[in-house]
Amino acid sequence: MIEAHGLTKRYGDKLAVDGLSLVVRPGVVTGFLGPNGAGKSTTMRMILGLDRPTAGSVTVNGKAYREHSAPMHEVGALLEARSIHTGRSARNHLLALAQTHGIASSRVDELLEVVGLKDVARKRVKGFSLGMGQRLGIATALLGDPNTLVLDEPVNGLDPEGIRWIRELLKERAAGGRTVLVSSHLMSEMAQTADHLLVIGKGRLIADVGVREFIASAGRNLVRVRTTDPQKLTALLAKAKANVTPVDDGALSVAGMSTDEIGIAAGQAGITLLELTPQAASLEEAFMELTHDSLEFSGSAS
Amino acid sequence: MSTDTAALGVTPRRVVLSEWTKLRTLRSTVFSLLAAVAFLIGFSVLVPVVVVTHWPPDNARDALTFDPVGASLVGGFFAQLAVGVLGVLIVTGEYATGMIRATLSAVPKRLPVLWAKTLVYGVTCLVLMGLALLAAFLIGQTILSSEGIDASLGDKGVPRVLVGTALYLTGIGMLGLALGALLRNTAGSITALFGLLFVVPTVVHFLPASWSDAIAKYLPSNAGTVITSLQPGSESLGPWTGLLVFFLYTAVALGVAAFALTRRDA
Repeated sequence: MIEAHGLTKRYGDKLAVDGLSLVVRPGVVTGFLGPNGAGKSTTMRMILGLDRPTAGSVTVNGKAYREHSAPMHEVGALLEARSIHTGRSARNHLLALAQTHGIASSRVDELLEVVGLKDVARKRVKGFSLGMGQRLGIATALLGDPNTLVLDEPVNGLDPEGIRWIRELLKERAAGGRTVLVSSHLMSEMAQTADHLLVIGKGRLIADVGVREFIASAGRNLVRVRTTDPQKLTALLAKAKANVTPVDDGALSVAGMSTDEIGIAAGQAGITLLELTPQAASLEEAFMELTHDSLEFSGSAS
Repeated sequence: MSTDTAALGVTPRRVVLSEWTKLRTLRSTVFSLLAAVAFLIGFSVLVPVVVVTHWPPDNARDALTFDPVGASLVGGFFAQLAVGVLGVLIVTGEYATGMIRATLSAVPKRLPVLWAKTLVYGVTCLVLMGLALLAAFLIGQTILSSEGIDASLGDKGVPRVLVGTALYLTGIGMLGLALGALLRNTAGSITALFGLLFVVPTVVHFLPASWSDAIAKYLPSNAGTVITSLQPGSESLGPWTGLLVFFLYTAVALGVAAFALTRRDA
């Protein structure tokens, strides 16, 4: 269980996290979703006591992270930026961290096997690919067999097999009653991994919902329409308060009206329809819609 | 999970073991320490060989003031560079690679990490430099004995010079470590370390004589190196007083680094 109350972090005159209050519950995979620069990594660093909050507080299992006498058994963390000395071998990296908690070296070897790095365990991390580095980071997080996992963009750089492996690992952990917080800037990734979503933008909490509810509620239903007279239909539907946008292939994308309403309106106006297809908004669109106002760096054309 | 954490958790002993593992598993450690030992041994051969091949010197007074101990320990000057740089790297290497985040996540109280690094590196330096200095002394004296100008371990002041030089080199390593922890940047910390040791004394030398005389002997390198020579000049502090002053600088640097470590974001 992770609890934050009014968590705030200011770097100079930039507010990275702004009065964030949230609860991450055990038993489910909680997705921490937000565009780049939304404050996800900063929040995670504050959870781990690496960054000191400007205001507010955050606790893990009822205590500030720093107050735990065996922190690696409480929380396992993978931070977005690599946290590995590349001059050391994978095994020695894990061994040095394990030793701070008196964790046996047999546990280190076991984990190297679990994450698939057994063959390169004695090689220096310098030569590792992004995916191998990520696997070593995950092994680090699992060293103390912690109750809580905090993973920042864990699938970054992993191949499809690795991504599936992470998803199963997270689900298995959550199913065992543990707390799992995993961040991503990709809604599609979260839809497949998370059960619950905490969406943030510009350091503020935008949504705290189940993944299914989020998809159902945030999704605008679009209708794809093709007609012999796009101009006339656009004018007609716009008058009915629908939002009409032309699509590349000459079709129209209509928001705010059902297929029935569009069909009846077109029929009454004598406009010939060639196609009338309902389209569920993609998750990515739903996410963009939600975080639209809080985008840190909006692209000019999208 | 949290009921039996007393047996599981972080203890100072465990952090020391972890830091020892970190120290011995990096190539930079092995290279730097080998370099320090190589400097000491190398010069303990080179300088005495040059001395005996040109013995007796042209100037008779040079023969009278010849210092056999100093001649065998010239490498100490270079060893301090290697030991100081490694001290810096032990901390800044973690910041440069991001390892520090893993380290401080494992030991979130932070200070045990700094103390463990200091202890592990300090003991390593003291043992290794002590043995290398002893070897350098013995090699040098063996070469000098061919002209009968050697000193022996039992001579007055010799044990003090050997132990004192080992302590001085250890202190340099700790000073580097403290500056690394304070500045967190390799280039900046190395510059600060050698600036403090070599540049500051030069600058002070150019001050008016009354100022320079009062200040110079208290500067870290001037105070700390008194103990490394058999017959210190009359202007300088006493050997042990000087070493104590030098260690005060190291202690202050470590204290400030400790304060900063607990305050700053990692």
